[in-house]
Amino acid sequence: MATKLNAVDVLIVGLGWTGGIIAKELASTKLKIVALERGGPRDTNPDFIDPEIHDELRYAARYDLMQNVRRETITFRNGESQTALPMRQLGSFLPGQGVGGAGVHWNGVTWRWLEWDHQARTRTVDKYGEKIIPSDMHLQDWPITYDDLEPYYDKFEKTCGTSGKAGNLNGRKIDGGNIFEGSRKEDYPNPPMIAAQSMVMFEKAARNLGYHPFPNPSSNASRDYVNPDGVAFGQCHYCGFCERFGCEANAKASPHFTVIPLALKNPNFELRTNSIVLKVNLDSTRKKAVSVTYLDARGREFEQPADLIILSAYALGNVNLLLQSGIGVPYDPATGKGVVGRNYAYQCGGGATAFFDKKTILNRYMGAGALGTCMDDFNGDNYDFVKVGYIGGGGISCSNSGARPIQSHPTPHGTPRWGSDWKQAVVDNYDHAASVGNQGAVMAYRQNYLSLDPTYTDVFGRPLMRMTFDFQDNEVKQMNGQADICVEIAKEMGATKVDRGIPPVPYSIVPYQSTHNTGGAVFGADPSTSVLNKYLQVWDVPNVFVTGACVFPQNAGKNPTGPVGALAYWAVDAIKNQYLKSPGQLVPS
Amino acid sequence: MSTKEKNDQSDVGRRDFLKLFGAAGAAAGTLPFGGSASADEIMAAAATDTKHHHAAAEPHAGGPGCEFFNVDESAFVEAAVDTLIPSDSTGPGAKELGVATYIDRQMASGYGKGDRLYLEGPFGEGAPEQGYQLPMTPSELIRAGIADVNAVVQKSHKNSFAALSAKDRAAVLADLDAKKTELPTVPTGTFFGLLLQLTIEGYFADPMYGGNKDAATWKMIGFPGADAMYADKIEPFRNKPYKAEPKGIQDLI
Repeated sequence: MATKLNAVDVLIVGLGWTGGIIAKELASTKLKIVALERGGPRDTNPDFIDPEIHDELRYAARYDLMQNVRRETITFRNGESQTALPMRQLGSFLPGQGVGGAGVHWNGVTWRWLEWDHQARTRTVDKYGEKIIPSDMHLQDWPITYDDLEPYYDKFEKTCGTSGKAGNLNGRKIDGGNIFEGSRKEDYPNPPMIAAQSMVMFEKAARNLGYHPFPNPSSNASRDYVNPDGVAFGQCHYCGFCERFGCEANAKASPHFTVIPLALKNPNFELRTNSIVLKVNLDSTRKKAVSVTYLDARGREFEQPADLIILSAYALGNVNLLLQSGIGVPYDPATGKGVVGRNYAYQCGGGATAFFDKKTILNRYMGAGALGTCMDDFNGDNYDFVKVGYIGGGGISCSNSGARPIQSHPTPHGTPRWGSDWKQAVVDNYDHAASVGNQGAVMAYRQNYLSLDPTYTDVFGRPLMRMTFDFQDNEVKQMNGQADICVEIAKEMGATKVDRGIPPVPYSIVPYQSTHNTGGAVFGADPSTSVLNKYLQVWDVPNVFVTGACVFPQNAGKNPTGPVGALAYWAVDAIKNQYLKSPGQLVPS
Repeated sequence: MSTKEKNDQSDVGRRDFLKLFGAAGAAAGTLPFGGSASADEIMAAAATDTKHHHAAAEPHAGGPGCEFFNVDESAFVEAAVDTLIPSDSTGPGAKELGVATYIDRQMASGYGKGDRLYLEGPFGEGAPEQGYQLPMTPSELIRAGIADVNAVVQKSHKNSFAALSAKDRAAVLADLDAKKTELPTVPTGTFFGLLLQLTIEGYFADPMYGGNKDAATWKMIGFPGADAMYADKIEPFRNKPYKAEPKGIQDLI
């Protein structure tokens, strides 16, 4: 039986980037705020200190900072004709667990998505007509534009100390920055990072081919920095232990040392770690949330009443909580009705590995998570959809994020995978190979969705969430088309051998691809195709807001954290300045 | 493709992608498959390495010092890692660098006991895209697989795997890799995939885990290890060799 606790004003479920931003921004309201985080507390010291954090086996191969799927996982199938089976170990994507969430182990690539990404349907139809959109594709606009979000992108970049170079400052295109980006009012708070050898070669090759390369926007600080909240960052060490690791230098922006400590300074804020939320409880009208039920570390069950509930877990966790709680109508692909679980999307990959002769020395291990050079010539709608045959391309980049040898010992296709020849190939190529990769958009489709599984349960007895997903023709064409471009660039870089590859088709849950799961609780202007209004407020239950990448109607050819952070600032602005003044639906449905 | 092959759960059948993006951070459980060792090279290597190799039939040092394996299992693992990554003129082999010890400790650890595996039923075979579906922890899988291979080898060679010549061992492992051998208990590809994954992990992991003794693998490939501060080096060393004695975590604390 649950112990009922005293009511609070605001309850935050999940304390990563978005929960942290909201907790910090609401401090000035003097409201009583409680955050429930399913994982434990973590801090740079003692959890991420040098040299202990430089442990590839523990953090990269054994997923020390990630969700433990022994307790809760998902089931997966490619399509309706299959029976979904549990994801018994992590693979394709790596959700975080613990204070800071995946914001601790991300790479730090911090984009503003392209203007097209915010109005994908309107801009596609305007340029190409309705007919170019496949009949099963749920191509949807965001309910807000890039310009609406611009000030919030700026705020998140400054919080993160993002290092980069503007390519479009107040409409003025700047060579060396991303000339395809939407107009920004200010440049990045820090200059670009120092390019690695492979990136210098990529930039030259891309320019030779007439493309427009620019440094990745990186929240690995290129210099010592103090953000507008007074939080100090150290300069990035280029240690090459970034993605899947915590940062010893506080150079990689993370909520655990930025927004969360500021939230914790508020005497009206309380953080409860190792607290797993099982569901949100609604009143009899089903239009109002009254509390959440959660378990503490000892397994004791509590009911925590609250006036306002923010679901700020990982994208998949938020959709799971909506489904478990009966908030919003679950999506049914047979009828096309319902919204929760609709428009689940993912990320495309693939590209080329360029092998060079031994005179080309890359020192790949001198790297950083977001250290890379990118180009958007084939992203968004910066190219002709009809000519290439696909909608929504991808960023093409050469990254230098490290060369930790368990997972990075590239050998050319055709090399045996063990024995003396394998070893020779590893030695010959370890520091003479670079990858040119596509990070492609994935559109949403009628047949790709999230729902509850009829068979499997988590250790708490709840049904597991079921993922039904496959790459569709548009995405397969994109991966192949973009891989060809990657090969072209790799050759121009002077590679002696180029290997081309794309991720498994059908989509496989096994090899790591990307922790960019999107959709399932999308925001929009129409309640029949979205769970949330433009302020991330649930249409059906207005005292619940949902943040994170689950709100994107489809995925872009870019990492999600930039708009995820910007939208958290956008939403909390609306909560503070509109909702709290007059609680209720902020957008008439 | 036979049904048996289809059911090998570590084989997602997309070698190109895995080879390519193993470099960019593919999960450890998905290391690429493909090819087999040259038996001649392995033989040559075994013949030149007098310092660390025991004769195949000689009693090995495992067993009593092991945390998980019994003496027979330990002998199997030593022989297997020695075959998968032999000592040769390119560099040290897995056996002399302690990779068998690494695997033994991993099998005794939380990882080996499945502390991050969802092991609730029902258990179905599923499609390769759905990933690992056995009701076994890594240590249970390795133990059963070793017993399986020894049983098969006992039948074909009238001996245990560890007692075979280097050439015969390489041939047995090549048959497992190619899934030409059907094992009585475990799916061949799943077992061999895990054995190879563990061997490669131990060979490249920080020396404190028991393999990669004296950071010899890192020395061989030119990875400086845990001592990683390159803010002042990345630009001056562009396209220039950077030499540093590799250091493990325990060298730095």
